[in-house]
Amino acid sequence: MLLIYCPYCEEERSELEFRHGGDAHIARPTNMADITDEEFQEFFFLRDNPKGLIFERWRHIHGCGRFFNAARDTVSDKFYMSYKAGQPKPDVPGVTSAAATNENTGGNAK
Amino acid sequence: MSGANRIAGQGRLTPAKTARFTFDGKAIDALEGDTVASALLANGVHLVGRSFKYHRPRGILSAGPEEPNALIDVSRDAARRQPNVRAPVQEVFDGMKVASQNRWPSLAFDIGGVNNLMSPFFAAGFYYKTFMWPKAAWEKVYEPFIRKAAGLGVAPTEEDPDHYANRYAYCDVLVAGAGVAGLSAALAAAEAGARVILVDEQPEVGGALHYDLSVKIDGQNGYDWAQATAAKLKAMENVTVLTRTTAFGYYNHNFVGLVERVTDHLAKPDKKLPRERLWQVRAKRVVLATGSIERHMVFANNDRPGIMLASAARTYLNHFGVAVGRKVGVYTASDSAYEAAFDLKRAGVTIAAIVDNREKPGDAVLTEARKLGIEVLTGHSVIDTKGKLRVSAISVARNGGGSARSIAVDALLMSAGWTPSVHLFSQSRGKVAYDAASGRFLPGTYAQDCLSVGSCNGTDGLQATIEESLAAGELMARATGNEGGGKVELRGENAFEWTGGMAGAGEGAGADTTVKAFVDFQNDVCAKDIRLAVREGMHSIEHIKRFTTNGMATDQGKLSNIHGLAIASEVLNREIPKIGLTTFRAPYTPVTFGALISHSRGELFDPARKTPMHAWEEAHGAVFEDVGNWKRAWYYPRSGETMHDAVNRECRTVRNAAGLFDASTLGKIEVVGPDAAEFLNLMYTNAWDTLKPGRCRYGIMLREDGFVYDDGVVGRLAEDRFHVTTTTGGAPRVMNHMEDYLQTEFPHLKVWLTSTTEQWAVIAVQGPKAREILEPLVEGIDMSNDAFPHMSVREGKFCGVPTRLFRMSFTGEAGYEVNVPADYGQAVWEAIWARAEPLGACAYGTETMHVLRAEKGYIIVGQDTDGTVTPHDASLSWAVSKKKTDFVGIRGLKRPDLVKEGRKQLVGLLTKDPNVVLEEGAQIVADPNEPKPMKMLGHVTSSYWSENCGRSIAMALVAGGQARLGQTLYVPMPDRTIAVEVSDMVFVDKEGGRLNG
Repeated sequence: MLLIYCPYCEEERSELEFRHGGDAHIARPTNMADITDEEFQEFFFLRDNPKGLIFERWRHIHGCGRFFNAARDTVSDKFYMSYKAGQPKPDVPGVTSAAATNENTGGNAK
Repeated sequence: MSGANRIAGQGRLTPAKTARFTFDGKAIDALEGDTVASALLANGVHLVGRSFKYHRPRGILSAGPEEPNALIDVSRDAARRQPNVRAPVQEVFDGMKVASQNRWPSLAFDIGGVNNLMSPFFAAGFYYKTFMWPKAAWEKVYEPFIRKAAGLGVAPTEEDPDHYANRYAYCDVLVAGAGVAGLSAALAAAEAGARVILVDEQPEVGGALHYDLSVKIDGQNGYDWAQATAAKLKAMENVTVLTRTTAFGYYNHNFVGLVERVTDHLAKPDKKLPRERLWQVRAKRVVLATGSIERHMVFANNDRPGIMLASAARTYLNHFGVAVGRKVGVYTASDSAYEAAFDLKRAGVTIAAIVDNREKPGDAVLTEARKLGIEVLTGHSVIDTKGKLRVSAISVARNGGGSARSIAVDALLMSAGWTPSVHLFSQSRGKVAYDAASGRFLPGTYAQDCLSVGSCNGTDGLQATIEESLAAGELMARATGNEGGGKVELRGENAFEWTGGMAGAGEGAGADTTVKAFVDFQNDVCAKDIRLAVREGMHSIEHIKRFTTNGMATDQGKLSNIHGLAIASEVLNREIPKIGLTTFRAPYTPVTFGALISHSRGELFDPARKTPMHAWEEAHGAVFEDVGNWKRAWYYPRSGETMHDAVNRECRTVRNAAGLFDASTLGKIEVVGPDAAEFLNLMYTNAWDTLKPGRCRYGIMLREDGFVYDDGVVGRLAEDRFHVTTTTGGAPRVMNHMEDYLQTEFPHLKVWLTSTTEQWAVIAVQGPKAREILEPLVEGIDMSNDAFPHMSVREGKFCGVPTRLFRMSFTGEAGYEVNVPADYGQAVWEAIWARAEPLGACAYGTETMHVLRAEKGYIIVGQDTDGTVTPHDASLSWAVSKKKTDFVGIRGLKRPDLVKEGRKQLVGLLTKDPNVVLEEGAQIVADPNEPKPMKMLGHVTSSYWSENCGRSIAMALVAGGQARLGQTLYVPMPDRTIAVEVSDMVFVDKEGGRLNG
């Protein structure tokens, strides 16, 4: 069972209190109605499945109820950091993001 | 008398404290502190079980949790019975009943033993080859037969009357294993001030000190030092010492599962005590001091009762005071077995010979053996054994051939060296590394904050173990911020350092032999089976494991894995590390379901949610159905009524008079704030800014992909306040969905969301007499049609309590939903009922609600939609705003496939024969004579007998459905084909006039 740091409660709590929320830093386009099929595909359907560093959303659903983001290693399940929703994607010292290499694939979907 | 083989002056049990139990009905005298294994051995009983596949007689192999053979059934009474208990770990208590397993009619004469003679037919992989055909026979003939013949114990059939406890615990340092290493580490960590939990699976701490009498620590006998150290630790406030507690699983982020056996050793346990306690420990650091397990030697017929691990014989002698035989042979590849011979010899047991397959044993043990006058045959091997129900003789030959010499024995001790217990380390996702010099897999790369110490870390030598463990304990304590105490120092001495060890098959069991040299006792896997697996093409150790079942028994290969690997390595001609170990998985030893589920059973398995009116419904004969966790009144049968009768009556009554329905389970969310309308505009397809306070609107919520996610009526109470309802099952996920968007996509909106599902009791009153029933109970609300039209909401008083009164309908009749604070639900319901009953109204349940809404073509999300249905597919285009520039799903709805012609659309179906009711889920085709596979156009989503229509009605998702109105389609069933006509979905009051009545 994972131990997850909630950046709002400012403490580590058991995974039981949280719910996973999928990939982080996929912003919903502000011109949603007008994006192309390809942009919608990129925004809604396509996800990386990195071995290693991943940025993902969690919700402290049985705690403060807030959504936040975390950087985790998908192999070791080590959490590098958690940070509040809306904060920019941080650098994780000493770790390169597998996703960083294909960052610029979608229009304004990301 | 507690057994003829108990040797006076040996062991640590007290002769005066006796306990008596039965083994297969025969009384066995034991001493308090005995295990079932030690008590049986004390009474000369070696035959304890029959093997899994061949039903070969088996005895006690070990003195610990690695035991593969001596599995027994232990009971207090009929309900308190546990099969497959390992005899060496079950402590005796007065009155316990022990039974052997997997034998019929008796342990000594077992019919299944014929399997042993037929063993050529049961070679490795025989499951996959023999029972292939005919396919149908597998389920009815082969599998039941195999399960009966090859088996472990029988599961109890009565409900478990014991209770179990669960506890969460937190510490700085968790130490797994309380032998020399674990005790040293715990002591150092505790002295530094760390919060320490020390666990050991045995009743007392000490580990190998149970049998190794030569150890002295700080001048004190090792075992006594261990007890004194445990006592000292227990007295410290920062330390918890748990014995009879197994660390069975090492999970993420230093989360370790422990199971504490609280009462299994007690004759009369206090009823208040749980039988077992599950500890879920989160440790900042973990020290693994799990020791190592002695391996057996692999040679022909190495499984007869009386053949056991050398360290086990030492434990039985030195701790329990039991000699495992009177004339004992030793077969070893390691110095460690010599010490068993020395101890037994000094206790007066005859040592027939030490057969050592090495040319050069350790000098020290060899010298000592000579000094004690024990015959040592170096460079020799045991190549076979004799004895029916217990070993009676061994055949010994010089390695490489030569004539065999038979030596009479009544027990044979063996040791092929020691396997470090890296189970927990591996479960922590650490990577083991093969140490070629010692032939062992040892902890290599760590994945979590833990350290291995002592023999599980491959550390040889007592003083080295002590120093490593003290250092690790202190290091872990310091790492968790503890600054107390000084340096702990301990000085250990012991008699011999051990050399030697081997893995794989011994002499006489090598390639090209067909003898039964067991590698895995519990699953009856022999050396030749592993070779066969390789010959048949299994080259990966994972394939070999599954083909032979080596290491797949409940002991998980604690003894067999390394031998199996070595044999595979030899046949494949590849080095051991290139083949690799199979994965270690939790649990380390079997854990009862009782401990894992704890209180989560029966009523507490999953809490039932009941509405405020539940008691009334129960008293009025409602039959309930489960909807999620809710108990909902399904229908109210009167005396003599079937469900069908009751539902028909309820349906008629609602349309002719009125009905009361408990709608409290509907999800309710209060959406408040200056931007509430804007937020709902984004969450629903409809426009909300145009909705006036006091009015309601049916809303549809989509996912971003354009498919229907939920629906419900939303009432606007004020400019900045909405009362949102959701489907019963959808409430939590809709709340989560809204929170997600509000927090992460639209955080600029000033909106607050509150779940109010449990705050409001909701009583739907539907039917032509609804207003007449309610009017006298309402205060402050003008109930006239003009002032309070369909799809409105008013606040006022109802029976004197605050209400949100909705004028809305899920039946097609004029109707109201009375929301009152939940605490008043039943009282208000009773007040309404008092008026409704004399007016000819009834209470109705969810089944009638379903029929009535289907008569009007109102959809149920999740029944008529399935996550692939758009509002347009469901004929709900009118609810999708064309003016809004954004809402969740706006872009998804425009996807090419979602606007394509021919999508499945919701339509009505009328069977040509009005008396035929379609089956929900039935498939629909255009041409009933089309050869299979037929093209399926869709399926029936809702289907009922409609008493009001006097015929059956149905809804269905049909490809291009709207264009097929009036067409005849077919529903093929196993026994017939049903012709149906496609219709619209409104079967009653097509104009909708009744809503406004």
